Amino acid sequence: MKILVCISNVPDTTTKIKFAEGNTSIDTTGIQWVINPWDELSLTRALELKDDAASGIKSVTVVHVGPSTSEPTIRKALAIGADDAIRVNAESSEAWFVAFQIAEVVKKEQFDIIMCGIESSDYNGSVVGGMISEFLGIPSVSAVSGIKIENGQPVMTREIDGGKEVVIVPAPFVAIVQKGIAKEPRIAAMRGIMMARSKPVKLVESVAVEPLTQIVVFEKPAPRAACKFIDADNPAQLIDLLQNEAKVI
Amino acid sequence: MSVLVYTENWDGKFKKLSFELVSYATGVAKMLSTSVTAVSIGKVDESELKKLGNYGADKIISVSNDQLIALDSQAYTSVISEISQKENATVIIISNNNTGKAIAPRLSVRLKAGVGSGVSKLPLNLNPFTVYKRTYSGNAFAHVVIKSDVKIITLAQNSFDLIEIANNATIENLNVPIDGSLLKTVVKDVQKQTGKIVLTDADIVVSGGRGMKSPDNWPSLVELATLLGAATACSRPVSDEGWRPNDEHTGQTGKIIAPNLYIAVGISGATQHLAGISSSKYIVAINTDKDAPIFEASQYGIVGDAMKVLPKLVAAVKEIK
Repeated sequence: MKILVCISNVPDTTTKIKFAEGNTSIDTTGIQWVINPWDELSLTRALELKDDAASGIKSVTVVHVGPSTSEPTIRKALAIGADDAIRVNAESSEAWFVAFQIAEVVKKEQFDIIMCGIESSDYNGSVVGGMISEFLGIPSVSAVSGIKIENGQPVMTREIDGGKEVVIVPAPFVAIVQKGIAKEPRIAAMRGIMMARSKPVKLVESVAVEPLTQIVVFEKPAPRAACKFIDADNPAQLIDLLQNEAKVI
Repeated sequence: MSVLVYTENWDGKFKKLSFELVSYATGVAKMLSTSVTAVSIGKVDESELKKLGNYGADKIISVSNDQLIALDSQAYTSVISEISQKENATVIIISNNNTGKAIAPRLSVRLKAGVGSGVSKLPLNLNPFTVYKRTYSGNAFAHVVIKSDVKIITLAQNSFDLIEIANNATIENLNVPIDGSLLKTVVKDVQKQTGKIVLTDADIVVSGGRGMKSPDNWPSLVELATLLGAATACSRPVSDEGWRPNDEHTGQTGKIIAPNLYIAVGISGATQHLAGISSSKYIVAINTDKDAPIFEASQYGIVGDAMKVLPKLVAAVKEIK
């Protein structure tokens, strides 16, 4: 079986976001770019499965839709342990466009399990994985917090409101993964970083497709009022404020 | 033309989330001068379905096939897209919860409808159709234009107030034949938590961080939560250490919540934590470090040791309950 892990290139999660060009884009000055945290966990779990010879996972490929400036993020995925990479050469403008490109890649190269993070930390769309599966007409399982292979059959755990379900779907399928899929993201070792330099990154030209959505302007969240401090010896005052001022208890 | 809203049920019952969605759909329909059709999938009795009318639904379509008990994203997509075409829906509203995230993107491709996801306000503009959504994990919001004829909105949970509008909704029981071979999802096991308030539904959340020092110190936090009718949550280090279960982790990569009141106990407030809680209406912080970033996000704060403050808080809540 072959796994494809979809990776998105996002600002480091501690970045203080600033805008540029009349608040129509973000100011990229000084931003550290990283693999989207959920995608990094996906990749980690895919590699854990491949490490287990009994799983039958033969290869782990990463795919990314983005310009050449996102190469360092792809190399990082290879350094962590992906076997090879595919980059669709295009600005990733919005989810519909990105999902369409990845679906085109999957149509040409067969994969059994396609893994996507449940959201990206920049756009927070939570739609790319589901869109890929519908473009391909294959099953998808969302909010997957665990995946293992039992006798050649992928078995997933998905989160539902107030519980979990253990589910199976026939391959090929898209697993849309969330927290819990892997304990901690795998970190690249020096040997991995050296090997990543010679691993293949296949360049694919994008297919023209009309985007369905467009960000017109960004704004900052409304600032909160200054914190009102209450004496640590008198928490009853806090309860009074919550009850009579905020009216939330 | 109509506004279609998918209302999920849990064991045949709706919850606040469902009514919030209908209230929102009613708001959108008013802007468009059209009606609201609610779609329910699963066995829900008539008196329960009628409740959707109390929030403005004009028509309720109930699909109760036995085959649709488990969520199969392809089958659900087929049912909702069929109904939306039949109802000539121009806007489709779904929750941004796990079920919504499973269905909305598939529906988007099926209907060639752009999605605005994690939306927290009524559309800002109808022409062009512009929605307001969370981006950069709560560090920014975006105005997004949806260009397609049919638009899909996934609504952020706890972002829209319930509006009661007594409507005597009509109920239509619809039998949608499902080709069994299309049902691909097999559920082998279900593990449900019972007696615990679902974190994403809770109006009040009491959450502990590393400042709680040890898992042994949790009983006072749990007691406070129980007294307030609150759900319990935790920061990432706490779930990573295994002090609390993973599903309590609140933050960027964990659960994103928006309760009326979030009480952060011994949590410093790293950017990644704030990303999960910044939509809370009120935040209270208890921390020994007066310079901790959590205080910048809070309306009320106590500088002090959680172990000393919690018992006093418990006592103070007992006074009023």
